[in-house]
Amino acid sequence: MAPTVPSPAKSASPSQPSGKSEVTDLKQQLRQLAGSRAPDADDQRRDVFKRVISCMTAGIDVSAAFGEMVLCSATSDVVLKKMCYLYVGVHARNHPDLALLTINFLQRDCRDQDPTIRGLALRSLCSLRVPNLVEYLVAPLATGLKDPSAYVRMIAAVGAAKLYHIAATSCLDAELPAALKALMLSDPDAQVSFHSTNNDEIVLQLSSTHYLCIYLNCLICNCRIKEFSEWAQCLVLELASKFLPSDNNEIFDIMNLLEDRLQHANGAVVLATIKVFLHLTMSMTDVHQQVYERIKAPLLTLVGAGSPEQSYSVLCHLHLLVMRAPMLFSSDYKRFYCQFSDPSYVKKLKLEMLTAIANESNTYEIVTELCEYAGNVDVPIARESIRAVGKIALQQYDVNAIVDRLLQFLEMDRDYVTAETLVLVKDLLRKYPQWSHDCIAVVGNISSKNIQEPKGKAALIWMLGEYSQDMHDAPYILESLVENWEEEHSPEVRLHLLTAVMKCFFKRPPETQMALGATLAAGLSDTHQDVHDRALFYYRLLQYDPAVAERVVNPPKQAVSVFADTQSSEIKDRIFDEFNSLSVVYQKPSYMFTDKEHRGPFEYSEDLSNLTVGAETSEKVISAQRYQENDNDLLLSTSDKEDIGTAASNGSASTYNAPSDLIGPSLLSSQTPSETSLINPGGPTYSSQSNFSLDDLLGLGVPEAPAAPPAPALTLNSKPVLDPGTFQKKWGQLALSLSQECSLSPQGAASLMNPQSLIRHMQSNYIQCIASGGQPPNYKFFFYAQKDGATAFFLVECIVNTASAKAQVKIKADDGTAAEAFSALFQSALSNFGLS
Amino acid sequence: MISQFFVLSQRGDHIVFRDYRGEVPKGSAEIFFRKVKFWNDDEAEEAPPVFNVDGVNYIHVKVAGLFFVVTTMVNVSPSLLLELLQRIARVTKDYLGVLNEDSLRKNFILVYELLDEVIDFGYPQTTSTEVLKSYIFNEPIMVDAGRLPPLGPAAMFMQGTKRMPGTAVTKSVVATEPGGKKREEIFVDIIERISVTFSSSGYILTSEIDGTIQMKSYLTGNPEIRLALNEDLSIGRTGSSTFDYRSSSGGGAVILDDCNFHESVQLDSFDIDRTLHLIPPDGEFAVMNYRITQEFKPPFHVTALIEEAGPSRAEVLLKIRADFSANVTANTIIVQMPVPSYTMRASFELEAGAIGQTTDFKEGSRRLEWSLKKIVGGSEHTLRAKLTFSQESHGNLTKEAGPVNMNFTIPMYNTSKLQVRYLQIAKKSKAYNPYRWVRYVTQANSYVARL
Repeated sequence: MAPTVPSPAKSASPSQPSGKSEVTDLKQQLRQLAGSRAPDADDQRRDVFKRVISCMTAGIDVSAAFGEMVLCSATSDVVLKKMCYLYVGVHARNHPDLALLTINFLQRDCRDQDPTIRGLALRSLCSLRVPNLVEYLVAPLATGLKDPSAYVRMIAAVGAAKLYHIAATSCLDAELPAALKALMLSDPDAQVSFHSTNNDEIVLQLSSTHYLCIYLNCLICNCRIKEFSEWAQCLVLELASKFLPSDNNEIFDIMNLLEDRLQHANGAVVLATIKVFLHLTMSMTDVHQQVYERIKAPLLTLVGAGSPEQSYSVLCHLHLLVMRAPMLFSSDYKRFYCQFSDPSYVKKLKLEMLTAIANESNTYEIVTELCEYAGNVDVPIARESIRAVGKIALQQYDVNAIVDRLLQFLEMDRDYVTAETLVLVKDLLRKYPQWSHDCIAVVGNISSKNIQEPKGKAALIWMLGEYSQDMHDAPYILESLVENWEEEHSPEVRLHLLTAVMKCFFKRPPETQMALGATLAAGLSDTHQDVHDRALFYYRLLQYDPAVAERVVNPPKQAVSVFADTQSSEIKDRIFDEFNSLSVVYQKPSYMFTDKEHRGPFEYSEDLSNLTVGAETSEKVISAQRYQENDNDLLLSTSDKEDIGTAASNGSASTYNAPSDLIGPSLLSSQTPSETSLINPGGPTYSSQSNFSLDDLLGLGVPEAPAAPPAPALTLNSKPVLDPGTFQKKWGQLALSLSQECSLSPQGAASLMNPQSLIRHMQSNYIQCIASGGQPPNYKFFFYAQKDGATAFFLVECIVNTASAKAQVKIKADDGTAAEAFSALFQSALSNFGLS
Repeated sequence: MISQFFVLSQRGDHIVFRDYRGEVPKGSAEIFFRKVKFWNDDEAEEAPPVFNVDGVNYIHVKVAGLFFVVTTMVNVSPSLLLELLQRIARVTKDYLGVLNEDSLRKNFILVYELLDEVIDFGYPQTTSTEVLKSYIFNEPIMVDAGRLPPLGPAAMFMQGTKRMPGTAVTKSVVATEPGGKKREEIFVDIIERISVTFSSSGYILTSEIDGTIQMKSYLTGNPEIRLALNEDLSIGRTGSSTFDYRSSSGGGAVILDDCNFHESVQLDSFDIDRTLHLIPPDGEFAVMNYRITQEFKPPFHVTALIEEAGPSRAEVLLKIRADFSANVTANTIIVQMPVPSYTMRASFELEAGAIGQTTDFKEGSRRLEWSLKKIVGGSEHTLRAKLTFSQESHGNLTKEAGPVNMNFTIPMYNTSKLQVRYLQIAKKSKAYNPYRWVRYVTQANSYVARL
């Protein structure tokens, strides 16, 4: 009676799907099997299902078989059911109409006697992700949360989060969060309890219970954490790290309870625990340092145990800690030596750590080790090692031995080693000019023909120019380089050559004059814009006054004391706050690589984000207001909605009215340069417009440039436009330019009954408010302003205390040089408040 | 949390693909594969285990030549995901007995079943082989372990000791033996990976042991187990690395710098009698990981020389001495030595009567390779090689060649002298006497001799 099935053995292996025609074939087979009651029908179905799923895995679209799959799903075979659920879960979202077909059998399975089936069905039901089927979900979920089986309750708890994800309101309407809370507090099964707490979306939604939840979590984790699975432990510890107990005893209690977690074999648990420890002790410097000492050994053990991937992640965190407190790791330097089997991404981290922890006591060993790597067959690592030696030299006081080592590299006679070393020697000389004699002697022997890499060549040329009085051959080497101008393809090298010849000319004019002429001629006819411009600039400068030219090209140089760090300390702090996250691996704070919506609800929040910002939706304002109601300690909260409305409309108005502004009042403030010089008669006596551009060309770092004009009185753009997102980003990225306290007039302090009055006052001074908050006597404002005619913004955080009539002002500026002027302007505006 | 999980073959085929949250755009597996294959082509660098492409974070581990990958949009803990991936691989291996592309392809439905329970809505649920047992309904389809190339710790015991049934560790935790009866047995492996760097004059510059006590239990009814370690074992006094070299005679106690334990381990009496109590869960797991920087006697002494022999020629001498007792045999030894980049040819001269030794000059990577099938304790082996250069060597040859790196496995040998004094299984009846296998092995992690 069973229809004969075309042999499933037709396809050789179930996991090797052949193609598109297969889908039609599978469809047919499923249809034939649908009603089959043959004793081996289930086995045949399993075979066909397997092939369907194998096609699905390979990326073949098998959604055409949806109907047939559902028809075949009426079975008591669990394996078949699971495959069917898997299929349905993948395809439901793209075929909402067909998904309706499955609701029936899933709902029926949700009432099955077997808890496993109930759980499976409930999970699949919640995973459909079809918004218009939500109504069928609520009832089974509510029942599931009260199921006698812990397995089903757990699935229901996760299911509630899924529901919240697709339809928050129906989740809340069904009062599921309340049921979850009950589970969280009282469920005998730790896993269930955990998954109820872990619904961070829901927990956050109930913002009134937000802090309560975290607090509870800590209580739970203190007595129950060991019952949780290791994964749950990680997530609970992550929650616990957001919680700061009020008194130190509590901190120590938590730390003592969690102490043994540091001995866990699972690195994720250890790192989560370390995060808790580090955050708890932030304000206690000595304990914080003890924590570092304590966590060192477990971290090093984790680096050694486990797969290379696991140790990489631990090593990244170790790297972060080493960079923060290199002193504490200085005796462990041998642990950071590169091993033969280390992949290059690990070696790079280790080299950076070795560089950071080098101090008086271990420099010799570390540099010796690094020199070994310099001859490494792995060229990128060899390069990094040489750079590391140079960096160590730059951070040490006694560089005697290191300079010798560096100079030895030059004798190795390998292209890349020489190039890297030259760059380092150049930097070294900028910091320690006293070494010039030793270095010059060696560098002078290097033939520029042997150096291919532009960076190395440029460094050599720089030294030739800078020390041409000490290097006997300098003019002639430069001359030969100029002769080969055409063969030099790197504009960087050509630029350096121009400058070096100029420098040399002023030091040894008779020997260089020829070369200078040739260089300028070559430069002027160069196709590269920068090279051409610089040559032209030098040419005109020489024409104008050779004495000025000498001051421009050969100013007395001061040794560089500190080379700028590539990362601001603020960014480093942000990364540290995001300990045990991807930020540490990428060495970037999360805002640089994740969208806002994905940063996670428990993202470290700086105070700015607690403020309502103009563009936020009213929905969020409400939740933020709840924050305020429930947490009076929070200094900052929202200004009222009305204000945001006006701020927003102001913003848009200024955008739309932009054209009329051009002929409006802003014309006054946007003066042309000539007008500026009229206003500032004390300024430099530039004779023509072209001098201005020359000055620009010089750009950076010519301290001897004819006395810089006194900063023209700063004028602000009357209608600057800055959206809150950009503000927040800028605030995170920029370094603090100025921070000071200033005072308000007593009248002003008295009249500051609400933030609006000050906001309006500042607006009349062209300083706009982007966010504000607070209650008497403390107010907090974020202001911004824009330099007229420029794109540079000034950002201000201003905390006003009306009782003391004082204000704390922090200014960040795109253009740091103007911060001072802006600060004066801001202060005068602030002190005028209430006087008019 | 986790958006997707997938397993890719070496050629980039999807073996398993599961989407948990539907937020990552299509084609992520292809993007991942392309990125890993062509990470930094000109510098031949390996892709790091964690990277971000267009806002999607890709986290992967390589196991048995397969890529186990998760994607996420959220800024999560990388360690959590890497540990999880490793654990998923291990659980899969527990079920399939052998983890490789073939076994995974045959059992992909079972893997889906496991994944369903391991991760829900992107949150890890459980990775306990034991807990999972009650939710897994597929029977594993066994692949023939005999044909498998030796991979990982399971394989290294096969050659070394004859008393060991070779297939023991490639047995699934759920599959029943052909006889219908399960063999009661437990394996305890003490695996030590050693890192040693010798200076050019033969001194030890750095040395470290990363050890792990691995357990795999096939005991029914989960009886309690007591595992006793050296009585004089001491732990800690961290942060004083100068202190570690105090007892350089090596005859004394075993001092661990630090260690960590599996969560099932009870440490109540560990401080008193160095005994670990545990109820081993099913499947394979690390009971304890430890790290030792105390000085130890390295198993091999390596000497390497390179000398100029004429204008564009050089001679290389490699010598290995096995400093362990004659009843222990090391196997699969490979010695590699990078030579100057302008080397054209190399001719080798093995010692008289050498058996099971091969030599090779890898032109692409410019290195000499010398492999030995086995080395018996106490013996010494040498290799001479003559190099011909394409140009005259300039300056210092020792700076252009080396360092020498050595790879080996020594079964039934442990460097640290950490011992399992006894392995006690608490059990009901007298007749119950399961097989207990305690095995030691030492592997080279980074064994380097500088020129």
